[in-house]
Amino acid sequence: MAHTEWRDAPELPDFSLLKRLARDQLIFLLEQLPGKKDLFIDADLMSPLDRIANVTILKQHEVDKLYKVELKPIVSSSDQLCFLIRPRIQTVKWISDLVNADKVAGRFRRYKIIFTPQKFYACETVLEEQGVYGDVTTDEWNFYILPLDDDILSLELPEFFRDNFLEGDQRWVTTAGSALHLLQSVYGSFSKVYGIGRCAKMVYESWRELMEEGEQRTRQPEFAKVFLVDRDVDFVTPLCSQVVYEGLVDDLFRIKCGTVELGPDVTSSDKSIKVMLNSQDKVFSEIRNEHFSNVFGFLSQKAKNLQTAYDKRRGMDIQQMKAFVSDELKGLKQEHRLLSLHIGASESMMKKKTKQDFQELLKTEHSLLEGFEIRECITYIEEHINRQVSMIDSLRLLCLLSITENGLLSKDYRSLKAQYLQSYGIKHLLTFANLRQLGLLEEQQAGETLTVMESKVGKLVNDKTVGKLTDAFSSLAKKSNFRALSKRLALVPKSGEEYDLRVPRDMAYVFSGAYIPLSCKLIEQVLERDGWTGLEEVTRMLNGQEFAVTGGSSSSEARNKTDAQRIVLVMFLGGCTFSEISALRFLGKERGCRFVVVTTAITNSARLLEALLDNHA
Amino acid sequence: MAFVTANWNPLGDAFYRKIELYEMGWNLKDGLRDCLVAAAPYGGPIALLKAHNRCSPSARPQLEIFSSSGLPLASFPWKSGVVKQLGWTVSDDLLCVQEDGTVLVYDLLGGFKRHFSMGNEVSQSQVLETKIFHSPYGTGVAILTGALRFTLATNIDDIKLRRLPEVPGLQGAPSCWAVLTQDRQSKVLVANGSHLFVLDNTACTPVTPPGLSPQASSIVHMCVSFSYKYLALLTDSGHVWMGTSNLKEKLSEVDTKIKAPPKQMAWCRRPKSQQPSAVVMWDGLLLVVGECKETIQYHLDDDSILVPELDGVRIISGTHHELLQEVPGACEEIFKIASMAPGALLLEAHKEYEKESQKADEYLREIKEQSLLSEAVRQCVEAAGHEHEPETQKTLLRAASFGKCFLSNFPPEQFVSMCRDLRVLNAVRDYTVGIPLSHTQFKQMTIQVLIDRLVYRKLYPLAIEVCRYLKTPEYQGVSRVLKYWACYKVCKKKNYILIIFVQPYCMPSCMLVYTVVMYLKNELNRGDFFMMLRNQPVALSLYKQFCKHQEQDTLKDLFNQDDDHEELGNFYVKASYKEQRLEARIAHLQSAVDEYYKAKNEFSAKTTEDEMRLLRFQRKLEEEKGEQLVGFSLHDTMTTLLSVGLHKHAEQLYKDFRVPDKRFWWLRLKALAEKEDWEELEKFSKSKKSPIGYLPFVEVCIKHHNKYEARKYVSKVTLEQKVKAHLAVGDVEGAAEAAIERRNESEIGTVLSRCSATTDHLLVERLNRAKATVAKK
Repeated sequence: MAHTEWRDAPELPDFSLLKRLARDQLIFLLEQLPGKKDLFIDADLMSPLDRIANVTILKQHEVDKLYKVELKPIVSSSDQLCFLIRPRIQTVKWISDLVNADKVAGRFRRYKIIFTPQKFYACETVLEEQGVYGDVTTDEWNFYILPLDDDILSLELPEFFRDNFLEGDQRWVTTAGSALHLLQSVYGSFSKVYGIGRCAKMVYESWRELMEEGEQRTRQPEFAKVFLVDRDVDFVTPLCSQVVYEGLVDDLFRIKCGTVELGPDVTSSDKSIKVMLNSQDKVFSEIRNEHFSNVFGFLSQKAKNLQTAYDKRRGMDIQQMKAFVSDELKGLKQEHRLLSLHIGASESMMKKKTKQDFQELLKTEHSLLEGFEIRECITYIEEHINRQVSMIDSLRLLCLLSITENGLLSKDYRSLKAQYLQSYGIKHLLTFANLRQLGLLEEQQAGETLTVMESKVGKLVNDKTVGKLTDAFSSLAKKSNFRALSKRLALVPKSGEEYDLRVPRDMAYVFSGAYIPLSCKLIEQVLERDGWTGLEEVTRMLNGQEFAVTGGSSSSEARNKTDAQRIVLVMFLGGCTFSEISALRFLGKERGCRFVVVTTAITNSARLLEALLDNHA
Repeated sequence: MAFVTANWNPLGDAFYRKIELYEMGWNLKDGLRDCLVAAAPYGGPIALLKAHNRCSPSARPQLEIFSSSGLPLASFPWKSGVVKQLGWTVSDDLLCVQEDGTVLVYDLLGGFKRHFSMGNEVSQSQVLETKIFHSPYGTGVAILTGALRFTLATNIDDIKLRRLPEVPGLQGAPSCWAVLTQDRQSKVLVANGSHLFVLDNTACTPVTPPGLSPQASSIVHMCVSFSYKYLALLTDSGHVWMGTSNLKEKLSEVDTKIKAPPKQMAWCRRPKSQQPSAVVMWDGLLLVVGECKETIQYHLDDDSILVPELDGVRIISGTHHELLQEVPGACEEIFKIASMAPGALLLEAHKEYEKESQKADEYLREIKEQSLLSEAVRQCVEAAGHEHEPETQKTLLRAASFGKCFLSNFPPEQFVSMCRDLRVLNAVRDYTVGIPLSHTQFKQMTIQVLIDRLVYRKLYPLAIEVCRYLKTPEYQGVSRVLKYWACYKVCKKKNYILIIFVQPYCMPSCMLVYTVVMYLKNELNRGDFFMMLRNQPVALSLYKQFCKHQEQDTLKDLFNQDDDHEELGNFYVKASYKEQRLEARIAHLQSAVDEYYKAKNEFSAKTTEDEMRLLRFQRKLEEEKGEQLVGFSLHDTMTTLLSVGLHKHAEQLYKDFRVPDKRFWWLRLKALAEKEDWEELEKFSKSKKSPIGYLPFVEVCIKHHNKYEARKYVSKVTLEQKVKAHLAVGDVEGAAEAAIERRNESEIGTVLSRCSATTDHLLVERLNRAKATVAKK
């Protein structure tokens, strides 16, 4: 990777503005229902709401009591009930039942439902069907984007993934489009938009429609380019175990809305502590993108430095001491606190992750990515299942195996599935149905027969037609084509070479040097080529659906010099992992640009697979 | 502004004005000559049938429908019989009365709706003349047949034909007639020469208008006011008699001095009029008559028709569309030359204020001294409502707003609602919409009806905007419009739906899909509905989402329709988990099995059958042994059984369910270690050759901190795993030995990493040597 010059990283725009906008609108909506009121909040909106408007602000606007929506009968004496919810049919039904129960009891209250980020017609239909449409007022809180960090914007819509990719429900598409529109109206237009995936295409269309409707503002753009990518373009990356610090913390402790709760075993006290993880945390910001094998060393060095700083006290006179206490001590104390937390976390991480089990798990994953010793991998997975090591991890390995191998042999497919069902119950028949539908876990059969046919037909016609045929066949078979893609894009570095994780040479470091995330590689390639030219074969293997559009602002040459031209917005539809974010940060450093990630939600292997289980409903 | 009164003409105590509404957008070659024309009241559409009476059967006259501004709404060749009369219903449907008494109903975009007959008698003796009238009961049709008898239907939506009694002495067609609505009955007033009769259901009563001038030998024309309260008669002597329609009171009589029969006559009255007045039209001349002797005369260039309205008369010609009305009181007060009414002064005050002149204050003082400021404001607001020009409206409203500033407790509602109303009125009066409603008409008509009319003209976006702007409650406003919109799209053509369905991304269309789906669900029978959904993936997935929460069973039907046995199987499996009772659960699973077999998915079928067996087994054991088992996976069941010592039963499951050896060994191993039954574990290890090797034995012992037991198994471990095993029990030397023996570089490395340089330096040396030799090879 030859980089001729290192430029300074461009300044990122101030995304806290988005929070202010959301807060102002929320306050406006609350004021629409004057007087004291009880507020019911969807459980998964609690944390995002807290980042926008805390309890004090809510109380200032006459919110009396706060409740979590639990879909159970309520105890509230207030005459005004306000519901702040996601547009879900189930919740709306629950509210309808409440209203109807009040009616039966002869109780008069005022009800207001605030849907966020938008209303869905289906919800209103439910209100109508339940006969309460006239009794409630509805509103929208257009809270599309929560800035989790300087460079991470989240729609906080984990259900986007399942709804869109599994259920084929495209209602959220407009939400994503509106989010982009919001960014554009606040931060200026983009000069170029790239994307890949069916959903990405639709989001772009929806966004374009909004652009055409609204007035055009001619502003200096704060972003150069936008890249939209569907999660189902790359399932391999989120299925891999994360080994970069931030990703690992997410895998182990689950980061929720930018905050992690560290249990007593980590804090070495008797209570849990909630920690905000973002660039404000000086310790964290230095280690978040590091491979975890480096973290411990880094932290101990840091501890030594801290000690030295503390030690400066010795031999100070009063004056100096005074200055030290007022200027430095607080910062040191703060750093001390954070340091001890992160040391605790990484200790518990080392405990769990350097164990033999984890090493073997990683080894298996790497073999799968490389396509070596597949039999051994299958045996390993089998044992994993038989020993009931972890429901989600077993599933994850099965999926990785299937994707990297382009589907399982019929015999393996059946036997592994049967064993899994024996371990975890027959309800997972539904899980497997879902996985198959998404192409995450499949039987090879169909693909093989097609390949045979393909080669036979191929002999009869010319090359160009073969390409087209392959397109048709591959879309029929929903093949993952991982092996071919990996070769084409050099995703898996040659094995045997030493990879110094302390001095990463490419994005593969986020997976211990074993694999460059496909999603990030695509972004890199497209940005490098300024489009999809030269990637035809790759896009064909990814089932096409790629696009590149030049945006409204022209004269790109003139603006090339500005900072904005070096900021790239990447939108992940269906979630993105911290590993991907780390990889993009690395890429940004290499290229002297910066990436801002917009995602429907932060995801990881567990969240991804849990979304596909069918034990709810 | 200065010319507001330019088009005013005095008549008695009042003024009349003629306002141009539109220059007609149509391009008619011969104007309205030889056309059958019908214009609906309340600024409704205009229907035109050209050359209808050129009776050659092959002639296909064109029926055209225009908006009030003359924009075409529909046009089609007339293929039915000879049309005698066109007319509009109260809901903007077009009625075409044919010679044979058949009435055809079209919507305003030319779509045929239905037809009905006015009875056998009419069709036998043919239609001579016909009148279409509106009453509180709807739209009615009255027909004079060739047999000189009247047949009447008061409401065409609920047809009850009434044949009225014979008119005595009627030889030919009566000189004129009209339909009255009195005492909740429709009656016909007929003039035969100078004789006047009222026909009702039962009788024909001769009547005499009080004080009708004696010179008249015949009544040649008559018209009834918009409210049916007043009647005007025109005699052959040229006199217009005006009175109440019950013929009890005479209001005035004016001599027009024209003896020719007029083309049309209409009342020109507004609610709270100062005087009765009628408009009479001849070729090229229009006359307004009131109480006084004088008349107002207008010259007409072109063939025109009169359309009576609630508050005036519209005059439509081939090129223009005008409104003739008595100048409303408020306007008169304000704009009358040299008026000193409070409104006029306020307007003046505001004008001066705009000019930054101190005269503003003088005028204001004058009004305030008489404490008439609130009256002044009210006048300005009211007058604004009656003005047609937005500029004049604005001037008046600004003056009102100006005046309001000096009033402390003037209620704002009137002003606000007037502003809103005018905004809407100006929007619908727009040339492209072409509904020239006056404010009085608008108030009479109500906003709901206006929205209906907009919807009827398919002006959905405007209708929605109006609803939103006037803050009409959703169910009356926006939702209703959307419903109509969706219905329209649905009704138009199924093909159209297909087009909607393939554009899934924009929100309105997503919403539309939903609306359409919900609508069709109620309209179509299930089979058709599902068939339609089948080809619409977006609609289907939306509907499935809805069903998941609202109508589970529908989902099942949906899969059934598609013969999607796989999904049905899954559906039943899911359903089984919701059941508490075991029997119900098993029943569901049985259904699932059947479906899976139909889907040729043997794997799922077999697995489900196994599950049923397992459930039965679990229940049996629960009953016998009191262990909680139902619902556990096979693995968990076996774990539980082993942990409580039910080895036999666990073994039975192992055999019955073809549990792989490996799993069973893991299970046993884990269970025994949990119980720390080391003796049994050892026995088990020796029962036969372990399919999982012996390293797990070592590891499980270590896990339970029993190094002693662990060592027992180290020797049994295969060569490949020896190093691991030794290391597991903490035997570095043993590990080193094994590693060196196997000459495996990476293993030697592993052992080295476990040695501490201080304690084992001899060993380290040995290992390093071995490593070197291995590396050499």
